[in-house]
Amino acid sequence: MPSKTEAFFGSVGRRVILIGRDVHYASKIINDAFYWTFVSPVKGKPVRVRATISEIVKAGYNAVPIVAVISLFVGIILALQAAYQLKRVGALIYVANLVGVSITRELGPILTAIIVAGRSGSAFAAEIGSMKSAEEVDALVTMGINPIRFLVAPKLLALMLMLPALTVFADMIGIFGGFLLSTTVIGIHPYNYFQQSVNALLVKDVMTGLVKAWAFGIVITIVGAYQGFKVEGGAEEVGRRTTASVVASIFLVIVFDLFFTTLFYYFT
Amino acid sequence: MEKAIEVIGLRSHYGQSEILKGVSLTVPRGKTSVILGGSGCGKSTLLKHLIGLLRPTEGNIAINGRDIAVMGEEELNEVRRKMGVLFQGAALLNSMTVAENVALPIREHARLNESTVMIMVRMKLDLVGLSGFENFYPSQLSGGMKKRAGLARAIALDPELLFFDEPSAGLDPVTAAGLDDLIIKLRNVFGITIVVVTHELASVFTIADYVIMLDAGKVIFSGILDDLRNSQNERVRMFLERRPETKTYSPDDYFRFIVGD
Repeated sequence: MPSKTEAFFGSVGRRVILIGRDVHYASKIINDAFYWTFVSPVKGKPVRVRATISEIVKAGYNAVPIVAVISLFVGIILALQAAYQLKRVGALIYVANLVGVSITRELGPILTAIIVAGRSGSAFAAEIGSMKSAEEVDALVTMGINPIRFLVAPKLLALMLMLPALTVFADMIGIFGGFLLSTTVIGIHPYNYFQQSVNALLVKDVMTGLVKAWAFGIVITIVGAYQGFKVEGGAEEVGRRTTASVVASIFLVIVFDLFFTTLFYYFT
Repeated sequence: MEKAIEVIGLRSHYGQSEILKGVSLTVPRGKTSVILGGSGCGKSTLLKHLIGLLRPTEGNIAINGRDIAVMGEEELNEVRRKMGVLFQGAALLNSMTVAENVALPIREHARLNESTVMIMVRMKLDLVGLSGFENFYPSQLSGGMKKRAGLARAIALDPELLFFDEPSAGLDPVTAAGLDDLIIKLRNVFGITIVVVTHELASVFTIADYVIMLDAGKVIFSGILDDLRNSQNERVRMFLERRPETKTYSPDDYFRFIVGD
């Protein structure tokens, strides 16, 4: 019988080994995904173009309506909340600044990332997971086709392009939402609102938002792929891993957001 | 007898438990070898080692004289080009049509123009009796047709070695017999070395030239079909005569039996 101390260190050790293995596996996927997306095309093994386009349509184009509706609403909500405070100091025109800056710097990228994590991140995990449980991934390996190249590279490329693109779109619609509310309900003159927004927004604000969006795209793809490849059993585990991928990618998106916001606060 | 595959002292672990306990075997070239055994005897694990999906804890797996257990990924892919595998559920990619599935290895490994690829695909599909199904998706096919399509994909690059994982699992006897005929045809016409993993006795006696039987992670028989019929090994006899397991295990004993100590 091991003593209590031994049992304690034993259980800690087992956990650490398991976590170490997961970290190793995740870093392997990150490494392979970047290799097959950026290095191997130079060596003459290009990324599958048709698959990439299809992923772009699925993850980007098809997400346009939901991104539009949500960012419009968030723009309106933000303008209302800002007006609630600002009217007490008689500075209603600053609604434009607040909406513009918070949408481009923060809410545009993060809302888009959360929508894409829910739509595409989960779809990646489910797709790869069910292929894993149907031995399709094994079949790819035995045909000499690297599954990361075949499955993950097109998705990584697609999200790296589409997340910033959707974010730009979300920024515009969100600011339009704020504009819509301010010019009708609050009664700010449209031209004044427009001028105020243009003056308040810096290229820097938009760019930092896009850098974040790009990073979120990578996070969502890698988490989806990681959870998908971790599937060992059948349908039940595919479901579990799909849920886990959404939770993990939203969590990591927020962690990265914190990181980048801190970085930009000090260095821009 | 020329050896296509030679396995020496193969040990394999799944977590803490030892699945294969020092398996040594040879697969003769140009023949159909059947790996036989009950459920959980390690035959699927052995197959995964032979096609390079798993790495052994110990031992050598020589394919055409080259040890794949110590190969790097690049070198292993070279070996894999000369192998075809038909998985239990056919493992066709569901997002692609039958023709695209069969064309997949061809497009990956050969720089050919599109019309040549399509001609090759049609030839392979014709060989397995699926002409006219080029544009069907796997979900539109029956179980037997899926396996035929999977076989067409496995032989797309004219492999020297062909592996089957439970080819008759989940098929009705008529369809299974059809698949057996195909296996015999592939051996006779193309001289492919075929390895079939199964527990289906009826099909063993139709297709096998050479039989390897596994039990609890060890080889208990290897030889030609006649030797199998005359074998006096108790476990072999039980398998051939469809006698039930007389020993019943308590859960603890069963665990020990599986784990192997």
